[in-house]
Amino acid sequence: MPNTIYLDNAATTKLKPEVLDAMMPFLTERYGNPSSVHKFGADCNTACEDARRSIANLINAKDNEIYFTSGGSESDNWAIKSVAYAKRDKGRHIITSGIEHHAVMETCEFLAREGFEVTFVGVDNQGIIKLDELKAAIRPDTILISVIYANNEIGTIQPIKEIGAIARSKGIIFHTDAVQAFGHIPIDVEKENINLLSASAHKIHGPKGVGMLYIKNSVRLLPMIHGGPHERKRRAGTLNVPGIVGFGKAAELAKASMEKNNAELIKLRNYAIDRILKEIPYSRLNGDRDRRLPGNINISFRFIEGESMLMMVDMKGIAASTGSACASGSLDPSHVLLAIGLPHEIAHGSIRMTMSEFTTKEELDHTIEALKEVVAKLRSMSPLYEDAVRNKEV
Amino acid sequence: MQYSAKVMDHFTNPRNVGEIEDASGVGTVGNAKCGDIMRIYLDIDDDDIIRDVKFKTFGCGAAVATSSMATELIKGKHVNEALKLTNRSVMDALDGLPAIKVHCSVLAEEAVRAALWDYAEKKGIKIDGLEKPADDIHDGHHEDLGECD
Repeated sequence: MPNTIYLDNAATTKLKPEVLDAMMPFLTERYGNPSSVHKFGADCNTACEDARRSIANLINAKDNEIYFTSGGSESDNWAIKSVAYAKRDKGRHIITSGIEHHAVMETCEFLAREGFEVTFVGVDNQGIIKLDELKAAIRPDTILISVIYANNEIGTIQPIKEIGAIARSKGIIFHTDAVQAFGHIPIDVEKENINLLSASAHKIHGPKGVGMLYIKNSVRLLPMIHGGPHERKRRAGTLNVPGIVGFGKAAELAKASMEKNNAELIKLRNYAIDRILKEIPYSRLNGDRDRRLPGNINISFRFIEGESMLMMVDMKGIAASTGSACASGSLDPSHVLLAIGLPHEIAHGSIRMTMSEFTTKEELDHTIEALKEVVAKLRSMSPLYEDAVRNKEV
Repeated sequence: MQYSAKVMDHFTNPRNVGEIEDASGVGTVGNAKCGDIMRIYLDIDDDDIIRDVKFKTFGCGAAVATSSMATELIKGKHVNEALKLTNRSVMDALDGLPAIKVHCSVLAEEAVRAALWDYAEKKGIKIDGLEKPADDIHDGHHEDLGECD
């Protein structure tokens, strides 16, 4: 058993050795600026264009619809603010969901303070967006629908194709934050009527600090970063060549192994979920069991709090995450867990374990044993558990 | 966010975890909604000396560590001495807390005072400087405020 078990792949992933190998020359001798006319530049330009093709291939986009950014948050900000500013004469209404990543949620809230109106559509208790509510929210002045492709906390995969069809039928631009889905599950921007899509390299075993925004060719978008003519005059700044090359390699590897990896990951995920729910009493799975990312496990344990759980499993060499307030830097538990209807105390007791293709069954078995010990220890210290025993609720 | 070595020590090996049957005083503060509840049990002798103290806590690492430290600081003390415990003294004893966790030390102070109040009520005495605890999981104090702090 390795010293550490990494189950926080939704936060970030390990850089694949093949990705590092692809990047290394561009951190050393191939240091040209892709905008330069000379051979140093042309060499790097070619490498970036190859990467662009690999990334476009993964979502059935055209090469010239991929715009490199610094990551998912920049892509989300760019997509949403720029549609808002470009379309504000047509309308000022934006529709999004109640379970977005902060990069989308905070951007929408910023725009709400700037005089736009934002409707946050609810989700059901599995975390699936309510399509009826979405349809009902559409108004003549709605300019944008932005819905997360797959949720970062509970892994729920949204009915993106249906949302895309609704947006298209109403002539509304559709953006999706696909940071957790890109390279993990099949995406087809054409079939799914996606106009704008955000993605990030470091969630697919690529480097940090690089991402992309897919912009469908028919969509006109204002630049967010003004300057030179990079990225077809839409995103100024010298290209992050090593990062982009690494992103391209990671996308290529993801495409090649997605089907095989997912079959294995889904088996492992369901095995772990079944064991935890069976072997640890008063536990519940958060999010839809089937319509969820292959590597996502999110469980709440009653009577205990997530941060202390995380700290204890960390001491046993296991890295995971929680939706508890205490770990989030705020004092409210995850808005996603509250949106699916969990009471606060159960949201506080959640743990998220996100796997990658490097996760083994042995690691999961070890983690489950550790969880059993930690949950039992924390419950023995919990006044909530004591009360439940006294009141014969457990 | 980084915890001090003392916080980690008290989280990893919390002192005085448990319950006391027929305790002289029990105090419970905090709110599950906000993610932390502390309960402190006191065993106090006829000379008003705290002979034993136990705690149970639902909460984060800092909540566990502050409860543990608070019990250590009052064990063996006279109730008047225990009453002097402040959130600052708990924090200092733990070599500080991250800013966002300061409320845990406030909760530890409140839990001790709530247990002492319960003791005074049971015994039918008045302890100078001790007021009825405002914060109790049963009165929904936090929910009234609509936010956690």
